[in-house]
Amino acid sequence: MSAVASPAQAVDPRLPLHRRRKIVNTIALTLSLAAMAFGLLWLIWILVETIVLGIGGISLATFVESTPAPNADGGGLANAIFGSALMVGLATLLGTPLGILAGIYLAEYGQRGWLAPTTRFINDILLSAPSIVIGLFVYTLVVARTQTFSGWAGVLALALIVIPVVVRTSENMLRLIPNALREAAFALGTPKWRVITMVTLRAARAGVVTGVLLALARISGETAPLLFTALSNQFFSADLKSPMANLPMTIFKFAMSPFANWQHLAWAGVFLITIGVLALNILARVLFRSKD
Amino acid sequence: MAASIQTDDVNQVTAHTAPQAPFARRASPLGDLVFAGMAGGAALLTLLMLAGIIVSLIVGAWPAIQNSGLSFLTTAEWDPVKEKFGGLAMIYGTLATSIIALLIAVPVSFGIAMFLTELSPAWLKRPLGTAIELLAAVPSIVYGMWGLLVFSPILATYVQVPLQKLLKGVPVLGSLVSGAPVGIGLLAAGIILAIMIIPFIAAVMRDVFEVTPPMLKESAYGLGATTWEVVWGVVLPYTKAGVIGGIMLGLGRALGETMAVTFVIGNFNQLTSLSLFEPGNSITSALANEFGEASPGLHQASLIYLGLILFFITFIVLAFSKLLLMRLARNEGSRT
Repeated sequence: MSAVASPAQAVDPRLPLHRRRKIVNTIALTLSLAAMAFGLLWLIWILVETIVLGIGGISLATFVESTPAPNADGGGLANAIFGSALMVGLATLLGTPLGILAGIYLAEYGQRGWLAPTTRFINDILLSAPSIVIGLFVYTLVVARTQTFSGWAGVLALALIVIPVVVRTSENMLRLIPNALREAAFALGTPKWRVITMVTLRAARAGVVTGVLLALARISGETAPLLFTALSNQFFSADLKSPMANLPMTIFKFAMSPFANWQHLAWAGVFLITIGVLALNILARVLFRSKD
Repeated sequence: MAASIQTDDVNQVTAHTAPQAPFARRASPLGDLVFAGMAGGAALLTLLMLAGIIVSLIVGAWPAIQNSGLSFLTTAEWDPVKEKFGGLAMIYGTLATSIIALLIAVPVSFGIAMFLTELSPAWLKRPLGTAIELLAAVPSIVYGMWGLLVFSPILATYVQVPLQKLLKGVPVLGSLVSGAPVGIGLLAAGIILAIMIIPFIAAVMRDVFEVTPPMLKESAYGLGATTWEVVWGVVLPYTKAGVIGGIMLGLGRALGETMAVTFVIGNFNQLTSLSLFEPGNSITSALANEFGEASPGLHQASLIYLGLILFFITFIVLAFSKLLLMRLARNEGSRT
């Protein structure tokens, strides 16, 4: 056997090297496949666990009754769902126009000067900045002055998170619009602001809406900025000047508690948030792709 | 949509200009000025937001800065009753969990990016990429609750207890795994963080791998290089700056993550044990747990000081990441 192998090696000394390279390659590709499986494993595990544990807690009462006392019968998440929806909605209404305007500035006016590059740089940092710091900021700005946690403070904190997301996507989407479209409109004598609002912005509409949906999804699950702003509320309240119940804070409080009924409701809340956020994300993707 | 508006304008212009002087319908510059001002103002607002954050944090933290200055960074005693505050335990917790997260996330993200750009069949690229991106969209509170109630018991039973048995009596390694077998602590927080930042790093790596000119890769393949050799020897050197930028982005996310860490880190200020399974505390979890109940004064100021330190660290990490990614984008522009 060895008598056969050794002449072959003598003939082509590269053969062992070649074999080694192939083995290294196979190992690397296998590890790469394993990494992909590892990444997907967590997504599937978290989703399955959330659905299995969450769906059992969902009933009509979840949507019509307010949060219960520890170990009490019944109760739901109505006040938290309402508070979350109200604050997230208002924050989106507040942050979206500002974000789109700033995005327009970066894409359409930012060819020269220092403002656009600086803003772009800072905006990308704010996009990933710790959201709890935004909470601290709004606390010192609003809560420390008014001496009370309030729904408005929560709205402001969430709006400050919406702005960078919308700025980034709006700018990217506006840049995708071919210049020929702008030039055609300018050639007709249209003033710049009408070109932007009636031509470029309209052409980029699907992309801009995608950005707003992504921002909406992002703030729906944000907990940290609400910790010191909206706080939470055990009761149903539509008064934005006082602490306001919201889903993430309720989940935080209930999940950390030792009471069985609170933990069940926390899973139900986590299920609602996860499904809502993933649905918004998928919707945003579908919307943008159909326009492609 | 756009087309119909343009024809509209054409009709108006021709209708008005035909009988009169050529520039009778010249638009007033007012609309342009107002709109440009609004857009510029909105952009300026973003800058003001950053300035506002920095100023408000410094003002809020001022009593603590005056009181302890930079020694705040090096003392670990945190006692609200005696009004003694040092942030070392939290800073250690933040850094340790983020480093654990990077150690796990970087190789995995590299593998995922390599799979998505070089290995995956074309029809699978999109769904798999989307799935990984969805992992980034899951709110952190979901990770936290899942980590506390599902993952950490499993970590305790299948990792911590066997490791404790295995390393019993071994000097250094033994103390790394000591502690009550509940699975809560720095390691659990690091693993959850890793899962959370994998999608961010993997997405950036995939995007920068894709900007490698096909010509470069094809030349290497033409010389007989294997897939691994192409990725390691051609793609990675070409996209080095972008890859590091992606890692820094992930690090920035990990440092500032709040809810997922608060659930699983144990929230206990200590530096006496270096065990990865002993409860610890991070800057974000200390803020989340204590700030709401902290009395105004030195306690609150010290917590804001912690927030300022966190913002400072993440700002530098993220700025570094952005600069690296910008450099790669510029290089790419000049070479094509």
